[in-house]
Amino acid sequence: MSRRLLPSGDAALLVECDSLDEVLALHDALAAEPPAGLVELVPAARTILVAIDPERLPLESAATWVRRIPAEAAARRSGHAADEVTVDVVYDGDDLRSAAALLGISSDALVARHQAVEWRVAFIGFAPGFGYLVSDDWPFEVPRLDAPRPRVPSGAVALAGAFAGVYPRQSPGGWRLIGRTDAPLWDPAAESPALLVPGRRVRFRDAGRS
Amino acid sequence: MRRLTVEAPGALALVEDLGRPGLAHLGVAGSGALDRAALALANRLVGNPDGAAGIEILMGGFRARFDEETWVAVTGAWGRVTLDGRPFAPYTAGRAVAGSVLEIGPAERGARYLLAVRGGVDEPAELGSRSRDTLSAIGPAPVAAGRVLAIGAAPAASVPLLDREAAFPPPTGAVTLALLPGPRADWFTDAARATLFDATWRLSGQADRVGARLEGPALERQMTGELASEATVPGSMQVAGDGRPTVLLADRPVTGGYPVIAIISPASLDAVAQLRPGQEVRFRHA
Repeated sequence: MSRRLLPSGDAALLVECDSLDEVLALHDALAAEPPAGLVELVPAARTILVAIDPERLPLESAATWVRRIPAEAAARRSGHAADEVTVDVVYDGDDLRSAAALLGISSDALVARHQAVEWRVAFIGFAPGFGYLVSDDWPFEVPRLDAPRPRVPSGAVALAGAFAGVYPRQSPGGWRLIGRTDAPLWDPAAESPALLVPGRRVRFRDAGRS
Repeated sequence: MRRLTVEAPGALALVEDLGRPGLAHLGVAGSGALDRAALALANRLVGNPDGAAGIEILMGGFRARFDEETWVAVTGAWGRVTLDGRPFAPYTAGRAVAGSVLEIGPAERGARYLLAVRGGVDEPAELGSRSRDTLSAIGPAPVAAGRVLAIGAAPAASVPLLDREAAFPPPTGAVTLALLPGPRADWFTDAARATLFDATWRLSGQADRVGARLEGPALERQMTGELASEATVPGSMQVAGDGRPTVLLADRPVTGGYPVIAIISPASLDAVAQLRPGQEVRFRHA
């Protein structure tokens, strides 16, 4: 694997990887031993922003820390079994049939597969608490809606591209809706405001139709 | 509890402190006062810690009434400010008494006034900050006419006797800002990278707390592919498909899909908050 360090101001550097898999592995390796002065790691599809407090961790030291993570360590996908959440879903989304039809499978098969695989939060995008979930065992690519909905309700469980997600707050959105959940996805008053944080494993479970 | 009643908010009045850093991995930007040094100075003038919440007032037209004695200071933009009808010098502490009215007139220089009150604005914090994030709608709602804002307990520090050292009004002419290299500078042609520093830019009308779009020559790319969205920092200068740069600010989306050619040095970033539409901007290497 290759890793490129790109400049991003005087309190961060941007680490670019060749694939999302490498991003996930490197994020695990970096998160496992954070040095003093690390402010946060912000993963995205091909990159991780390493944000630091330059008074406690000079940029050069942060660069050395990232470079020293061995490729083997970063290649091993460390599983944190404890850091897994289960999200109960009512699979009655408006786009469930159309999404299944686009994939050439039945709605039931899509729902079963959505629950069978282990998902992982790769990164947050689009809105606070909106996790992009990926799975090695998810074979589907679901096209987005041609025109986004002006209002997607909070808790909508959705698919787009190779990703699964759950809308944490009401917002516009172009993902295909397959269900809904009451899980507390976004609670600014909570100590940990987002349920779906990068690195966390996620299972979906059928809560039955209501 | 001391309070102030906002009788007129002007174009946009927001409660802001120094923001909520460290939450970008949850999709939450740092937010906070756009002119951070101006907020810190206003706070120091009334004896507050630098990060106490104040009110960021866009272009003036603001009026507030105090129900008890309160020390106040106004920094940032420069214009006619009065306390009970008498001129109130910017960058000084003044004492409002019960019933006093503070009026902040149209900004003649700069764009954003910062109003500090001794004890700080005591609105409920969200995610560890009292800052309004205008993009994500986190933090205290924009201040509407008639809104009553609580003022916190006075800090232990007294009001300093004098602190006029930094009373420099924002410049009216061309402003020169320092640039650090951006992560995607190599996506642009050599000519574009030179143009960035040679050209004279202007702040467009599309400028808010999310980003400030600049008018000037198009910056041409040598790499034409799509960039996967990646995290940005405040001051990142992203270049959209039309070649025009936008400086991403405190309330930006935490990831962006346009290449970042350069990053405005943190020391220069406060000055962006005080630019007025049409004002000239030039860049130098940090």
